[in-house]
Amino acid sequence: MPERIPKLEKDVKEKLEKVGIEMDKEKRSAIFLQVDQNVETSSSFASGIEMIGIKQALEKYDWLHDYFWKVVSKNNDEYTKQVDVAEVNGYFIRALPGIKVNFPVEACLYLKSPKKQKVHNIIIAEESSELNIISGCASHPGLTTGMHLGISEFYIKKNAKLSFTMIHNWENNIEVRPRSAAIVEEGGTYISNYIIMNPVKIVQMYPTVHLNGDNSTAIMSSVIVAMENSIVDTGSRVIIKGKGSSAEILSRAISKGGTIYSRGDIVGESPDARGHLECMGMMLSEQGSIIAIPELEAKHPNVDLSHEAAIGKIAEEEIFYLMSRGFTRDEATAAIVRGFLDIEIKGLPPTLKKKIDEAINLVEKELI
Amino acid sequence: MLRVVNLGAEVEGTPILDHVNLYIKEGQTYVLFGPNGNGKTSLLMTLIGNPAFKVTYGRIMFKGQDINDMSTDQRVKMGMGISFQNPPKVSGLKLIDMLLNCAKQSGTDPNKIYEYAQMLNMEKFLNRSINVGFSGGEVKRSEVLQLLTLNPDLVLFDEPDSGVDLDNISVIGSAMGELLDRKKNKEERKKSGLIITHQGHILDYVDADYGLILYKGMIACMGDPYDMLDEISKKGYEGCVEKCLKGFQNSRRM
Repeated sequence: MPERIPKLEKDVKEKLEKVGIEMDKEKRSAIFLQVDQNVETSSSFASGIEMIGIKQALEKYDWLHDYFWKVVSKNNDEYTKQVDVAEVNGYFIRALPGIKVNFPVEACLYLKSPKKQKVHNIIIAEESSELNIISGCASHPGLTTGMHLGISEFYIKKNAKLSFTMIHNWENNIEVRPRSAAIVEEGGTYISNYIIMNPVKIVQMYPTVHLNGDNSTAIMSSVIVAMENSIVDTGSRVIIKGKGSSAEILSRAISKGGTIYSRGDIVGESPDARGHLECMGMMLSEQGSIIAIPELEAKHPNVDLSHEAAIGKIAEEEIFYLMSRGFTRDEATAAIVRGFLDIEIKGLPPTLKKKIDEAINLVEKELI
Repeated sequence: MLRVVNLGAEVEGTPILDHVNLYIKEGQTYVLFGPNGNGKTSLLMTLIGNPAFKVTYGRIMFKGQDINDMSTDQRVKMGMGISFQNPPKVSGLKLIDMLLNCAKQSGTDPNKIYEYAQMLNMEKFLNRSINVGFSGGEVKRSEVLQLLTLNPDLVLFDEPDSGVDLDNISVIGSAMGELLDRKKNKEERKKSGLIITHQGHILDYVDADYGLILYKGMIACMGDPYDMLDEISKKGYEGCVEKCLKGFQNSRRM
């Protein structure tokens, strides 16, 4: 297994930077890079953080087989079945009990050849640990066809906290179908942030979080911009089984000619389960569409579930307000769009917040 | 500073201003009274160039230039400013970002922002989305804070005192006095203002040179603002307007 930081070609490096990947051991506690099916690097610089290829991990740890295809089912659909093959690769990230590191762990999946990339990841935050992961997924500039299939299984143990920030940057003809699920134990917190702002053929995913433990928390946020001819069909489902557990699903969707399905589903099965679902959409083009599909399901009398959804264009009143402070119409529009995309994500380290801001900055010009 | 000549305006085809004439010189502050729905806010919106308000005839001259074809931001760059009665909430846009832009427009030293924010007791709101979850008084203070940073030559205030408690009125009034050069000697005043007020509470904290009553889209009375306020409280708007227009046999107003 190569442990050095690979020398990357300029165009690859630039693409990776757009999805928050820096490959800088000074700023990261561990890094991982997989190009197509090959693990190019996997290194950890922090004690208590494990970062190795999934193949190696399955050889090293017998017990890991109990986590493999546990929360995501092999027979879930045709795409999960396609990933159940020998050539599958991916990462294994584990924070040992009680470990807390300042710098995020960085994992990158890069699609370079016009084949199907098949990935299976396992992420474990052991008891009372704290793990922040930035995951960048991108395809090579000019790649004319390709598909990314990724299984990710997250395990958040008792009182552990895991934040997973995923930035996607694909090309026009790439099809992306991740399949993710998480189990959160007592007192655990799972924070997921998903950002996609560049053209893609289709992204389709519906990650599920099982809040099995009492007083566990899930916060799922997504920021989606769909350019012309792109289809982004995403959402999160949280099943609340633990007492006093809570779920929040937030999304901001902008269509600049593309189609967005903004889904969300909260199932409350336990006493004092709380859930809130919020999806806000903004149409910046006469083409394209945004479809908000929020669902709530109560299976216990003592639950509190709510949702709000609103889709519209930029309010003329807001543009005028900003213009009365000297913003030009274009500057006002840009500032309002920027504000719209700025989800206040609780519990996110500042470095990751900065990454999200940078990703927003990059597309701002194309939006207005 | 501002010369409004025979101005008519409409909103969605409904006339809202009728032959309005107004002349505000450098250093002068006017108060605009009038019943609800008689065109006070419409006049301010037309002056600042809200696209929903269309000039149908007449002219608006600002600093000697006809500004009718100018967009709102161009008018602001020329030196106009406005505080809104009910500004919209803009989620995700922080008050500080708005203020930094105002500072950029006016060339105000950004460090001044914190000084002004302290003066208006708004330091805690700088990193909050503008107007989101602000109380009535906080909205008004935020509006005046933005104007202080923007430092306009002609300031339009739409009910800076409505829904505001006495403590807030004195803070806002003091800042308005600053904005309108009211703390300077008469000869040294450079800033001009037009203030809409209902109860006139704000006049206890900012003085003004003239009062106007806008009635059915027309300017019906002009005079000393304090006498006018006194008359309005005794006779009501109708009574005042009747008195002002006494002797105008052919007046369309009655």
